[in-house]
Parts: sequence; structure tokens; C-alpha cells
Amino acid sequence: VILCIHPSRAPQALQSRGYQRLVLQVGRGSLPQAQPGSSSSAVAVEVFRFKESLAEELQRADLVISHAGAGSCLETLEKGKPLIVVINDKLMDNHQLELAKQLHRDGYVLYCNCSTLVETLQSMNLSALKPFPPGQPEKFASFLDKVLGLQ
Amino acid sequence: AGLFVLSAHSGYIAVADTVVADTACSLFCFTGGHTTEILRLLSCLSESYSPRHYVLADSDKMSEAKIRSFEQKRAETFSNLDRIPRSREVRQSWISSVVTTLYSILYSLPLTYKRKPDLILCNGPGTCVPVCLSAFLLGLLRIKRTIIVYVESICRVETLSLSGKILYYFSDYFIVQWPDLKKKYPKSVYLGRIV
Repeated sequence: VILCIHPSRAPQALQSRGYQRLVLQVGRGSLPQAQPGSSSSAVAVEVFRFKESLAEELQRADLVISHAGAGSCLETLEKGKPLIVVINDKLMDNHQLELAKQLHRDGYVLYCNCSTLVETLQSMNLSALKPFPPGQPEKFASFLDKVLGLQ
Repeated sequence: AGLFVLSAHSGYIAVADTVVADTACSLFCFTGGHTTEILRLLSCLSESYSPRHYVLADSDKMSEAKIRSFEQKRAETFSNLDRIPRSREVRQSWISSVVTTLYSILYSLPLTYKRKPDLILCNGPGTCVPVCLSAFLLGLLRIKRTIIVYVESICRVETLSLSGKILYYFSDYFIVQWPDLKKKYPKSVYLGRIV
């Protein structure tokens, strides 16, 4: 995902949509090299490898671009942030894609691959995304109480 | 009464005393990746589901802190953790998986025998399969009848995880979180999205 975003036209596309700051979590990947002349005029870029929790960054974000990992997708949606899921075509058998695809079908996330990210950024209409309803663990609790006769 | 909890990254079991049962243990199984999901389910259960006993895979480094922080907020009951060998690492071959799973079942038997959980709650870490099978075996031997509740992860929309495919046949209640899975697996229970 990082390689999709950084050395491409994505920062410019972000700037043209009014975003000013781009924060990248690169994990163990290589640190993105600044493209001389190109992205320096676009958004301000901040890079880190890992953080104990992404909650704070997510809270500050106006838009989240993520891989299809279930954890990242759900955490972002629960914070009520608009999400673009970037699919890695080379990992098509990855079961994690099931969730991302379903979330897209239900209208909760935008969905693209590396080569269509810039187009997606340019044409996206975030207000068309549906708010993600919270899960209902209390239904599980009452189900269990019932079958165990605890009610 | 007791409750067992299990985690995949590390295997973990928890035991709890319930009000109605005379001596009860519930066993919960979690995977490292899905520990958050199981803690969310636990957060809505009443204090009847205690003590909670957690089971983690011995290779799980991440889940213990999450569990401890969760348990600290629920001061009403004592809970503890056990670690067991992981039955199958990601990408391990089928043949060697069978061997390590048999080993894990043998390893799990003394644990389930000792804790005798009333309830096992798990959501798909590799570690939950041997623990559930050993509990199933105790049931067959009329030593302890444990109720096995399997909750498939929210990640699984169209296909079951390997643990799910196995425990579909050994669980008392098999819960899925997407309607497509309910259609494919008629015995399953669909309550909507519960995490």
C-alpha cells in the first residue's frame, strides 16, 4: 500500500482534494524516499514504522487508506472514518479479502487496487459511504444465557 | 462452574464459576489475531460466567497483555491463563499438522481434565481444536460434559477457517456472523454481527 501511495501521483491527488497531511505507517518496509521536486510541493508527509496503537492516528485522520486486513478495516470503521481499502492483486487467495469485499458490497468502504488508487482519490464521494453500525455482543450474551438456562 | 478461554497466537484457557451449576468451568479459545473479538464477546457476559480460564498458544506474545488489561477491569472474579503448544503453525503441511495436533490433544487432556470447564468459548485459533477435541473426549468418557461454543470470526464471510470446518462437527453451538455462511452451514446460528 505504501508503495502505491507514496511514489505515485497520490499525494498530489490528495492535495487537490484538500488534504494537507499524509501519515504513513510503513512497518518493516523500506522507508519511502522523497521524490525530488515531485511530492515536496504536495501534502506534508510523516512516516513511522510501528505504534503500540493506531487509535490516536485514526482519531485525527479525515481519511484512511489501508490494506484489506480485518483488524485495520474494522478499527477504522468503528471510529467512523471514511476508508479506502487497497487490494493487493497478488494476494487474491487471501481470505482477508472476503471481509473487505463484503464491506464494499454493503457500501461501508471504497475499494480499489494499486493502479486505480489515484483515480479513486480523484473521483471519490465520501458522503455516499454508509455509517457502519456497531456489532451487538449483547445478542450473543442473551443467546448464551438462554441456551445455558441462566435467564 | 468454570469458563475456559483459548488463544491462537498463544493458547490460553480461563475458568469461571457459574451461579447455577455446581462446579463449572468455561473455556474460551482465542487466536492472537482474534483476541479482541473474543474479549468483546466476554465483555457482555454477566458475572455468572466466571471464573474465566484462558488458554493461549505458547508462541503467542501479544494476547496476554490484552487479556490482563481486560480482566483488571472486571474485578469480580479470579481468572488465570495456561499455555499449550500450538497445533498448527500457518503454512505447516497437513501430515505434520496431524502429528502436532495429536500431540496437542494429549497435552490438552490433563488441562481439560483438571479444569473440567462447563463451557468452552472459542473463535478459531489453532489451539482451540485440540482443547475442544480433548473436552469432547472427556464427554464421551462420561467424565465431564462440556458445552462447546464456537464463534467464527467476523473476517469469515463466505468460507470457514480450518478450525471452524473441524469444530462444526464437535461444537454444541456454532455461531457465524454473515448470512452466506448460515446458508452454507445449516446447523450454524446467525445472530447478526456480534463483535
